[in-house]
Amino acid sequence: MSKSITAKGLNVYYGDFLAVEGVNIKIAARSVTAFIGPSGCGKTTFLRTLNRMHEVLPGARVEGELLLDEDNIYGTGVDPVTVRSMVGMVFQRPNPFPTMSIRDNVLAGYKLNGARLSRGQADNIVEKALRRANLWNEVKDRLDRPGSGLSGGQQQRLCIARTVAVEPDVILMDEPCSALDPISTLAIEDLISELKEKYTVVIVTHNMQQAARVSEKTAFFNIAGTGKPGKMIEYDDTSVIFNNPANEQTERYVSGKFG
Amino acid sequence: MTTDSTQTRSGGRKAGAKPENSLASGDRAGAGLDRGFAGLAKAAGIFILIILAFVALFLSWNSVGAVYQEEDGLILGRFLSYAWPFALGTVVVAVLALVMAAPVSIGVALYISHYAPPRASKTIGYIIDLLAAIPSVVYGAWGMFVLAPAMLPLYHWLNRWLYTWPEENWGWGIPFFAGSPGLGQNLFTASVVLAVMVLPIISSVCREIFIQTPKLHEEAALALGATRWEMIKMAVFPFARAGVISGIMLGLGRALGETMAVVMVVSGLGFQLSLISAGNSTIPREIALNFGETAPNTERWHQLIALGLVLFIITLVVNMIARWIVSRHREFSGAN
Repeated sequence: MSKSITAKGLNVYYGDFLAVEGVNIKIAARSVTAFIGPSGCGKTTFLRTLNRMHEVLPGARVEGELLLDEDNIYGTGVDPVTVRSMVGMVFQRPNPFPTMSIRDNVLAGYKLNGARLSRGQADNIVEKALRRANLWNEVKDRLDRPGSGLSGGQQQRLCIARTVAVEPDVILMDEPCSALDPISTLAIEDLISELKEKYTVVIVTHNMQQAARVSEKTAFFNIAGTGKPGKMIEYDDTSVIFNNPANEQTERYVSGKFG
Repeated sequence: MTTDSTQTRSGGRKAGAKPENSLASGDRAGAGLDRGFAGLAKAAGIFILIILAFVALFLSWNSVGAVYQEEDGLILGRFLSYAWPFALGTVVVAVLALVMAAPVSIGVALYISHYAPPRASKTIGYIIDLLAAIPSVVYGAWGMFVLAPAMLPLYHWLNRWLYTWPEENWGWGIPFFAGSPGLGQNLFTASVVLAVMVLPIISSVCREIFIQTPKLHEEAALALGATRWEMIKMAVFPFARAGVISGIMLGLGRALGETMAVVMVVSGLGFQLSLISAGNSTIPREIALNFGETAPNTERWHQLIALGLVLFIITLVVNMIARWIVSRHREFSGAN
């Protein structure tokens, strides 16, 4: 349960194009880390390399090492499928499977493992995951209704429940609140601070207040210009990044002078 | 409403005829075009319905002579005993063709949409579409001269082990494989030819649908640790379900109505249960072979038209069943 992440000199390429250059970072287990930075700076790209989701684009590849505790997820013989079952992901827009009921959505990842569940076991998993995603009370009477019938915020929490249900070690969130209203956003933020008790959470956000509210550590990414690779400029405690950053670019960004 | 606003617009701007509502005269120039286009689309829709109604009317009207003649009265029984082998033959050959074509088509479509490297997938898609452009006479000739002889060993094997051998030992063999395969020009060969013919239709419809699967749902499945095949089962198939059924129905329509290839491949004698020996026929084949030699308005002529009506009804029923299957899961279709 809950592993640390270490990147050593990580370069991400799309074909010949170097998208992110030389990231060195150490993310502790059971913590919340936020990635901030202007659009196109590579923070989402880097996040997706943490569970090898960038590989869905043809030509995407990585140089360097990325360790989950001690194991390199890009080591030879490592199947991305294995990595992704340990490192879950929540996307920018809520994406419950539209053809599945709420219940089946929560169990979707479980069924992938080929686990044959009794009705009782399945009920337990569904309740546990939905409770952990703060959604149980709202949907417990309509578990057999389609997941697409929920509100946007509920759908996003359903996606979190789906991710949590398979007991991953790490949960990645790619701007999970950018499509949500402030109240749903608050619900998710509360949830994040509960999740860190069990999981390592990494969140990409455009909302600096959000980063300040939920995270313990913050990494600032920036890009020198179009066609240049994105870089991690500074990585420190969130309070330091927002109050007393070492780097001038970070200072300008968090104080709203650009980006 | 429509005429009102146009009048106000043309009149209101020039002279002092005061418009009651200034908004009504403020239509943009594009608004007229928009209404025109809406009318055009509506007319096209109505036109289709009218054509369909006329075809149905023509078939029904001329079918009366097949079930009622002055001197004999109501002769429904006579027509049914004439028509059912053809109706059965049509349905059997089309369903067999679909059973063969649908899985292959879906496989091909999946390969193109999700497995093949981008450049190869374009070429393969193009080649598959080319299959649809081959005239059915050519398919017929191919079925007759190439496929039929090539299938003979299989027919002999089926006949030997599924009919002759069990009959000798247990006194009963599967009747679908009875009789001598002869030249191999039978209903089964026809269904294989039809399968090849409908393959491009089904696979191109499926491919288009598979490609449109939202990236969001595919990534949701992958991020849960799904393999590519699991992702396809979780995200692609549920999304494509209605479209795949439509594609198959389109193929079924083609298979039910296909005439030339069946005429050439099947050497039809009377009805029989066996699929692998010469015999059986389909509705299009019967009509095509006999219509030219039949004097109009005889009972025979009416029978052939009525056969056409039967085919029309079969197609209609099949399509309605397909719609019903699709609509049963509307709530979970993701369209809401």
